[in-house]
Amino acid sequence: MPLLEIKNLQIEFGSGLSVARAADGVSLMLEAGKTLCLVGESGSGKSVTALSIAKLVPAPPAHYVGGEILLEGRDVLKMSSRELREIRGGLVSYVFQEPGASLNPVFRIGAQIKESLKYHRPAVANDAEVIRLLKLVGIPAPESRLKNYPHEMSGGMQQRVMLAMALASQPKLLVADEPTTALDVTIQAQIIELLRDLRRQLGMAVLLITHNLGIVGDLADDVAVMYAGQIVEHGPVREVIQRPLHPYTQALIQSVPELDTEVACLTAIPGTVPLPGAYPSGCRFHPRCPKARPDCSQAAPDLSQVEPQRWARCPYWNWKANALA
Amino acid sequence: MLLRLSNRLFWSAVTLLGTAVLTFFLVNAVPGDVAKIIAGPKASADVIKEIHTKFHLDEPLWKRLGYHFNDLAHGDLGHSFVTDQPVAEAILTRLPTTAALSALAIVMWMLLAVPLGVLTAKYSGSWSDRLALVLATLSLSLPAFWLARMLQYWLSYKLGWFPVAGFRTFTHLLLPASALALLTVGYYARLVHSNMMEVLNSPYIRAARAKGASETAVLFRHGLRNAMIPVITVLGMDVAGLLGGVIFVENVFALPGIGTLAVQSVFNLDVPIIMGTVLFSAVAVVAANLVVDILYRWIDPRIKAAH
Repeated sequence: MPLLEIKNLQIEFGSGLSVARAADGVSLMLEAGKTLCLVGESGSGKSVTALSIAKLVPAPPAHYVGGEILLEGRDVLKMSSRELREIRGGLVSYVFQEPGASLNPVFRIGAQIKESLKYHRPAVANDAEVIRLLKLVGIPAPESRLKNYPHEMSGGMQQRVMLAMALASQPKLLVADEPTTALDVTIQAQIIELLRDLRRQLGMAVLLITHNLGIVGDLADDVAVMYAGQIVEHGPVREVIQRPLHPYTQALIQSVPELDTEVACLTAIPGTVPLPGAYPSGCRFHPRCPKARPDCSQAAPDLSQVEPQRWARCPYWNWKANALA
Repeated sequence: MLLRLSNRLFWSAVTLLGTAVLTFFLVNAVPGDVAKIIAGPKASADVIKEIHTKFHLDEPLWKRLGYHFNDLAHGDLGHSFVTDQPVAEAILTRLPTTAALSALAIVMWMLLAVPLGVLTAKYSGSWSDRLALVLATLSLSLPAFWLARMLQYWLSYKLGWFPVAGFRTFTHLLLPASALALLTVGYYARLVHSNMMEVLNSPYIRAARAKGASETAVLFRHGLRNAMIPVITVLGMDVAGLLGGVIFVENVFALPGIGTLAVQSVFNLDVPIIMGTVLFSAVAVVAANLVVDILYRWIDPRIKAAH
């Protein structure tokens, strides 16, 4: 039994005529101790998917329309609020994008970490354990930091505190929703390094949400690419990066700038991600797809297994680029 | 911190001084001979002249301002023209009544407004939120004297649930305080509501839910303290401004407080008492602002860093 299995998840916002389906049939699987990267542009539905794992997308305004989210075989969407509180920060912990805004500004960081301990490991809700956790995430002189308020720390230190808070319950799954986006580049590298260490040390599974393909290859076992509320490609990270099958993944990888080749200008994908509620007919990527064919605007392709361990939502995944020209 | 405190105290002193000068000129701009009011309508010219000399009423205004400030500097607020009671004594004996009335009113409206604001923010857009909005608007628009009279007529006179007027026991305060609280609770419920709405959308609320906090802990522990920061500021200003409402309510319920004292002194043109009560309300404003400043630091740690 996998640690996390999402089956055909559908989440909508709004009602009546203006319904926006932010997640439309998302299916994912994550084994214990593995790392899965969920990649996509802003607005592709990756954050909504990540938050829904602990049913953290507030409803209303959202509606969980359909699907299942199985955590160790139990469906999160059917849990009572008491059960949800147990898994939130217990089985699944979260680290968010902006550490400065995700820490409560009026409480000392020691107290905030201790709060997590109180909920999930009350026996060790003491200063000693908080200090151990702060040491674990690499905060120097943790004893002197307990009484700090969040605004007294740098962004990198704040994100380490968030991590300590997330690890307080010894979770089996850590969901990191763009944990480095708001940080300086040098600090980003440190946090990614720390994530890798912690995963190895603690043996937990990690779901990393990012739009930065650069960190995917470093960290992930598997990668899933999201576009317009759907998974368009899923597979082992090395294979997906070296030989992407879906035109969107190919375009994403081409748009990562390389240091050793000189280019006149950076490659970008023309157009923007369609807004939920205004998805094009047929394949949702076809208006931006360099390889689109006339029938791409007609039939909506399914996510199908095209090779062992590899899935793609494009019937022409096997076509060579020049064959289409 | 020390520098900031001395800065605050300096400006408080300037405010009080300004108030004293301004009231002095305003009171003296009122037409009518104070001596005639003190001595009564049938007093002889000699008596009037004697009073003029006693209170320096014949001398130029700037000289009288000098006398006034000399007295103030010696802590002497003067004596009532009507009863000859020292002004400070008149105010201090009435202060407990007014303070008790105000404190009870504040406790009443905050105890109502805070949970109401939090819950309407949590269930924003529901019918109960809309009902609360209507009631809040009603509470905001009621005139103080009307509400006080209505409560007195129905609850005290007709139904006999409360004493009609006067101040002998704690129950005498309940109805006047309710009148004050009802006038303010709507405003505060909305204030808490709108601040709470903003706070509930912040990432640290989502983070609190993500670590398994119960909904009560999310709302009242993580949310409320942040939402109260702006509310405390407004409360500080209102505590001082409350004296306006207190004047009406004290008079309707015949409570022997500073409000009734102020109104009587205006009717009697009892200049020292008028100046004393105005100066007292200025002191109240300044003190309330200082308290808010201190409360602020306690409730929002980021303020310490900013100064």
